[in-house]
Amino acid sequence: MSSAPGAVPLVELRAVSRIYGRADSEVRALDSASCIIEDGEFVAVTGASGSGKSTCLNVLGCLDVPSAGEYLFRGVNVGALSADQLALLRRNYLGFVFQGFNLLGRTSALENVELPLVYRRLGSKERRLLALQALEEVGLRDRALHTPAELSGGQQQRVAIARAMVSKPQMLLADEPTGNLDSAKKADIMQLLVRLNQTRQLTIVMVTHEHDIAQYATRIIVFTDGRITDDRKTGR
Amino acid sequence: MIWATVVMALREIRRNTLRSVLTTLGIVIGVASVIAMVTLGRGATAKITQEISGMGTNLLIVAPGSDRRGPTSASATALKLDDATAIQRDVQAVAEVAPTASRGVLAVFGNKNWNTVANGSTNEYFSVRRFVLAEGELFSEAQLKGSLACVLGATVRKELFGALDPIGASIRVGSVACLVTGVLVAKGPSTFGQDQDDFIVMPLLAFQRRISGNTDVGTVFVSAKSDQLTIKAKQQIELLMRERRHIAEGQANDFTVQDMQEISSMLGRITGSLTALLGAIAGVSLLVGGIGIMNIMLVSVTERTREIGIRLSIGARGKEVLLQFLIEAVTLSILGGAIGVAVGLLASFLGARALNLPFAVVPEIIGVAFAFSATVGVAFGFFPARKASRMNPIEALRHE
Repeated sequence: MSSAPGAVPLVELRAVSRIYGRADSEVRALDSASCIIEDGEFVAVTGASGSGKSTCLNVLGCLDVPSAGEYLFRGVNVGALSADQLALLRRNYLGFVFQGFNLLGRTSALENVELPLVYRRLGSKERRLLALQALEEVGLRDRALHTPAELSGGQQQRVAIARAMVSKPQMLLADEPTGNLDSAKKADIMQLLVRLNQTRQLTIVMVTHEHDIAQYATRIIVFTDGRITDDRKTGR
Repeated sequence: MIWATVVMALREIRRNTLRSVLTTLGIVIGVASVIAMVTLGRGATAKITQEISGMGTNLLIVAPGSDRRGPTSASATALKLDDATAIQRDVQAVAEVAPTASRGVLAVFGNKNWNTVANGSTNEYFSVRRFVLAEGELFSEAQLKGSLACVLGATVRKELFGALDPIGASIRVGSVACLVTGVLVAKGPSTFGQDQDDFIVMPLLAFQRRISGNTDVGTVFVSAKSDQLTIKAKQQIELLMRERRHIAEGQANDFTVQDMQEISSMLGRITGSLTALLGAIAGVSLLVGGIGIMNIMLVSVTERTREIGIRLSIGARGKEVLLQFLIEAVTLSILGGAIGVAVGLLASFLGARALNLPFAVVPEIIGVAFAFSATVGVAFGFFPARKASRMNPIEALRHE
């Protein structure tokens, strides 16, 4: 990852396929998908359920590797990396936000946000400082010691975003981040993501099946049966 | 990283206090029982050793019989009074000699009777065996030549006379009447619960003539001049007896000379192997405790699949997840071990008091039990931890 941002695209998919099952009953979750995502883009990946958008996000998030084709992250072929190297890539360059928030239960918001820093081997004081800053940024500093059960859904998702942001990743991957929220909260979360995208130039790839949510992005990629069938700028 | 993981493990343990307590219970019981068994065993050994030295470390016991380990050979010639006289006369390292013959008898006084043992011996019996006269007198020279006199052990006196004064009274021993000349001070029960005061002593000649009806001497109790001379006295007695019993060179003895150290080490071996046995049984419970930890850790891994998925997605490597679960298991077992040590020490302290044993802490066994509990944690924590570390992050995140 030594190249300067911009010189090499952040993400490049070259005819990536992800195939599950055996030859006679194989499922092509991704079928020769190709695209380039540059730094600072806010991409919404949409499509019907089973269209391959979640598989695409898993591949982009280095949780899954392509069966065929190449995924280059900043020019590095992810398919050639070991499981440990993929973990380090996630640790140092990626952040995740999930539909179900996925916070550790019975653990304070602060400790949840500190978690990625524990794996980055930061000292406890530095962790605390960075985690409080991240919570400040999502407007939950005063809720730092509350556990997920004591927070509303929207607040939990903000904590999850703070956790994804705290290690200053190059790309934020969001899987239906508003799927479990009511419409007012949805707008809150989306505005937060837009702000992060604009003020920090943070690259965001978000999977959603909701048309209006996709409109917050700067670019929309549509999947149909594992193939990219549309790829356009929104004009935002 | 390790420290942060330990802190994380402690938090996880505190978060599930009840489950953690139940998990460690097996280890606690295992470690506690190992420590209690071994500590009490050592206490018993110490008490026996103490008791035997109370009998006199310079005591030697000469008895007929070919091999002390096997059953006494019926063909072994009994000892005679002459043997005792020869030992007294010829063995320089010997202080006193008490030839003794014994037989179970019924002692009767008034309307009370009591089954006991009659020992025919000499006045040396009391000093060699370290019995002290409480009342009355030992046998006079005249009585030793064959009068029916007797000295009572404390138990016999209590059973026959109660609060009455026994000195000068006449009791019936077997079928003969016998004058009570003295009563002994009680030694109390031995470690094995044997009453050491339940016997009557009579002059040997009278015993042989009126009770046993032969001139055999079952046992000769000998005291060496000092503790240091005990082994020498033993060797000399063996030489003398071989000569007197015409045993050819290279042939085994048909008698035994036991010294107290030998008896002490023999009893030590018995209690030692008993302690080891109990310790091993307790060790099995430690093993069962380890399986309990594995069980709970496996459940915990399944229950926390989603958490593992989260950790993997934010960049934890497989080995870091493995380490986390392993440290959790080891922390649990070490906590259990520490509580077990405390409980074990308390139990053995109370046990020692209840059984009237010395409280003999064995520091090594505490270390061993502790180390073993940590090992159990690693051994039984590894399998669940490896299971956790090999999870697929996508499937783990999807797990409900």
